[in-house]
Amino acid sequence: MKRSLLLFAGLFVLVILVGLATGAPFTSRLLVEAAAYALIALGLNIQWGYGGLFNFGILGFIMVGGFATMFVSYPVNAAFWGSDGPMMLGRALLAFGAGALLVIGARRLDRFGITGKLRTTAIVLAWIFAYILYRSQIDPAAAYIESTAGFVGGLGLHPVLGWAFGGVLAAGVAYIIGKICLGLRTDYLAIATIGIAEIIRALIKNMEWLTRGTLTVTPIPWPTPLPQQLQTMGFDPSSSFVWARLGFFALVLIVLVLVLVLLHRAYGGPWGRMMRAIRDNHIAAGSMGKDVTGRQLEIFVLGSVLMGIGGAMLVSFTQILDPNSYQPINHTFLVWVMLIVGGAGNNLGAVFGAVLIWIVWVMSDSVSQGLFTIVSNWTEAIGWGAIPDITTRSVQMRVFVLGLVITIALRYAPRGLLPEVIRRER
Amino acid sequence: MNELIFFFNNVIVSGAVLGCVYALGAVGITLIFGILRFAHFAHGDMMTMGGFITFVLAGLVTAAGIAFPLPTGFVVLPVAMVLAALIALGLDKAFYAPLRLRGAKPVTLLIASIGVTLMIQGLIRLIFGTGTYTFFAEEPKRLIRIDTEWLGATRPIAMTEPHVLLFIVTLVSVVALHYFLTRSRLGKAMRAMADNPDLAQVSGINTQLVVRVTWLIAGSLACAAGTMLALDVTLKPDLAFNIVLPIFAAAIVGGLGHAYGAIAGGFLLGFAETLSVFNWTVLLRPISGIFPEWVSLPGNLSIVPTEYKLSVAFVILVITLLVRPTGIFKGASS
Repeated sequence: MKRSLLLFAGLFVLVILVGLATGAPFTSRLLVEAAAYALIALGLNIQWGYGGLFNFGILGFIMVGGFATMFVSYPVNAAFWGSDGPMMLGRALLAFGAGALLVIGARRLDRFGITGKLRTTAIVLAWIFAYILYRSQIDPAAAYIESTAGFVGGLGLHPVLGWAFGGVLAAGVAYIIGKICLGLRTDYLAIATIGIAEIIRALIKNMEWLTRGTLTVTPIPWPTPLPQQLQTMGFDPSSSFVWARLGFFALVLIVLVLVLVLLHRAYGGPWGRMMRAIRDNHIAAGSMGKDVTGRQLEIFVLGSVLMGIGGAMLVSFTQILDPNSYQPINHTFLVWVMLIVGGAGNNLGAVFGAVLIWIVWVMSDSVSQGLFTIVSNWTEAIGWGAIPDITTRSVQMRVFVLGLVITIALRYAPRGLLPEVIRRER
Repeated sequence: MNELIFFFNNVIVSGAVLGCVYALGAVGITLIFGILRFAHFAHGDMMTMGGFITFVLAGLVTAAGIAFPLPTGFVVLPVAMVLAALIALGLDKAFYAPLRLRGAKPVTLLIASIGVTLMIQGLIRLIFGTGTYTFFAEEPKRLIRIDTEWLGATRPIAMTEPHVLLFIVTLVSVVALHYFLTRSRLGKAMRAMADNPDLAQVSGINTQLVVRVTWLIAGSLACAAGTMLALDVTLKPDLAFNIVLPIFAAAIVGGLGHAYGAIAGGFLLGFAETLSVFNWTVLLRPISGIFPEWVSLPGNLSIVPTEYKLSVAFVILVITLLVRPTGIFKGASS
C-alpha cells in the first residue's frame, strides 16, 4: 500500500514536470490518451493477470472498437440510404446467413448418421459454397456503394453509445476468437491471436464500403464539447483546447474509475479467487468442478470489452479512423510493456504502468532529439560532421527505448513495479 | 502455351521464392522452439539485421573496388552469416540466458524476445533511417531467360538472378541441415534434446553446447533468409517484421520443433499465398470454348482479393490449429 502510494505520488510529480516542460494543451492530450490506454491495459490485466491468457491480438480489439465508434457516431450518409445500397447489402447479409446455415448444417450431419470422411467432405464443400455465395453478393454491393455513395456512413448517434457498441462488438469478436483459440497452448494462442488481429486489420483496411479504408473517416464527433464549440461560447483559443480536453478527460476518467472499482471488487470476491485458481493450476481447478474453458472464455470476452472501449475512446478523441495508423508496436506490444512494467495481476499496477509507459513513449521522442542534437554538436566540434536526419531518426528512438524497458523489467523486476498482492486468509 | 508460361513465371517461381524465404526463417524458429521451448519473435528482425550486415559488407567490398560476376551481396553472404550467428549468440547471452538461468517460464522468454525485436528494430532505424536500400545500385540485376520456342510459346521463362541464387542457397542449407541432424554427433544430440531435454542431459549430452549451436544455426539461417529476401526485393527496416508472422504460421503448420515440417510448411504457405491471389481467368480464357454459352468468364477470378494475400497464411494457420494442432508432421509437444 505504501509502495503504491509512493509510486503514484512519483507519477503525479512526473506528470506535473511534463506539464511544466511542454505546456497545458500537450499534457491534457497526453492524459486523455494515457487514460484510454489504462483502460486497455486493465483489459489485458484481466486476461493475463487474472486469467493467464496470452492475448497478442490487442490491436484487433482496439481497431474493432475504433470502427464501432465511427459507425455509431458518424453522421448519417443520406446518399447511401437513398440508393440501392441497403437492398444490396441486405441480400449480401442474407447470403451470409444462408452460407452460415449451410456450414452449420453440414457440421450437424453426424446426427443423421453421416460421419467420418463423408461429413468432412460435406463440411469443406459447404464452406466453399458459402464463400462463393457470399462473394457473389458482397462484391457487386461493395463496388456499387463505393462508386455511388462512397461508404455506408454512420448512424449519427451519441459517441458514448459508440463506445458501448465498441465494447459489444469487441465482445462478439472475442467470443469467436476464444471459441477457436482458447484450447491452445500459450505460444500457439499468442500466434493465433496475432494472426486474427492481422486479419481484422486487413478487413478494416480493405472493406472500403464500410470503413473508407485508407481514405480515413474524419471528423468523428466528440461526446463532450469540442474546442471550437467552446470558442463560440467565449473561451479564447488556447484555453479552449485545454478545457475541451479536460472535459473529455473527465468522461474517460469516470469510466476508468468505475471499471477499476468493479474490477477490484470482482478480484477480491469468489469470482476472482476462482479465476486465480484456474490461472495457477487449471487441472486442480477443473477437478474441483470449475468449468475451466467456459471461465476462460468469459474472462477473454470481458478483457476484450475493455480493449474495445479503450480503442473507441482513442478514435473519438483523435477524431479520425485511419487503418494505417494501427501498428502492432504501438497497440499490442506497447500495452504489454505497460502491464509487465506496472505489474500483472494488479489493477493499480496496470494503470500505473499505462500512464508511466505512455509518458516514456511520448517523451522519449523529444528527449532523444535533444540528446541527438547534443551528440551531433559534439561530433561536429571534433570534426566528424553532424548527424544527418536527426528528426526522423529520433522518432525511432522510442522503439528502442520500449524494447530496453521491457527486457530490463523482465530481468530485474519480473513481477512489475506494483506486484500482485496475494492475500492469505488464515 | 503462353498462358502456362505466364502461370509458371508468376505463380510457380514467385511461390517458390516466397516458400524458400519462409522455409529458411521457419527452420530457425522451429529449431529454437525445439531446443529452448519458446516462440522466438525476434527472428524476423534477426533476418532484417542479417540483410543490413550483408549490405554494409557489400558496400565495403564495392568501395574497395572489387567486382564479382555474381551479386556482391551474395558473395559476402558467408561472412555476414558468421557475424549474424555471433550476434545471435550474444543476444542469447545478454537477454535469454539470464532468464533461463532463473528458471523463467517460456512465456517470459517470449515477451523478452519481443523486447529484443523492438531493440533491434529501433537500432536499425536509428542507424539506417527509414528509407529503402537496394543491393543493385552499382551493378545490374540480371535476368535469366529460358527460350521456350520448342514448347510452342513465344514468351520466355524468366527469372532474376537472385531467384536462382535463393533456390541454390535454400537447397544447400536444407541438405546441409539434413546431414548435420542425421549424421553428426552434435546433430543427433540436438534431436535428442528436442525430444527430451532431461533425458539428454542425464545421458551426458552437453546441453549448453547444443543451445549455443542452435543459436549459431538459427542466426546464420536468418541472415541468409534476410539477405536473399533483400536481394529479391529491397532492403528496408521493416523488411522481415511483416513476414515473421507467416513464418511462424509456416513453422506451426509444419509442426513446431520439426525441421522438415518447417520447410514443408514454408513452401505450403508460399504456394498457397500466390495461388490464392492468382487470377485464374488467365488460364481459363484459352479453353473458354468448352464452356456452355451462358458461362461468361469474369474479368477477375482470383480466390481472394490481392489485398488479403497475407491473411491467407493466417487462415491456413487457424484451420491447422483447429483441425490438426500438432501440424502436418507431429511437432514437439510441451
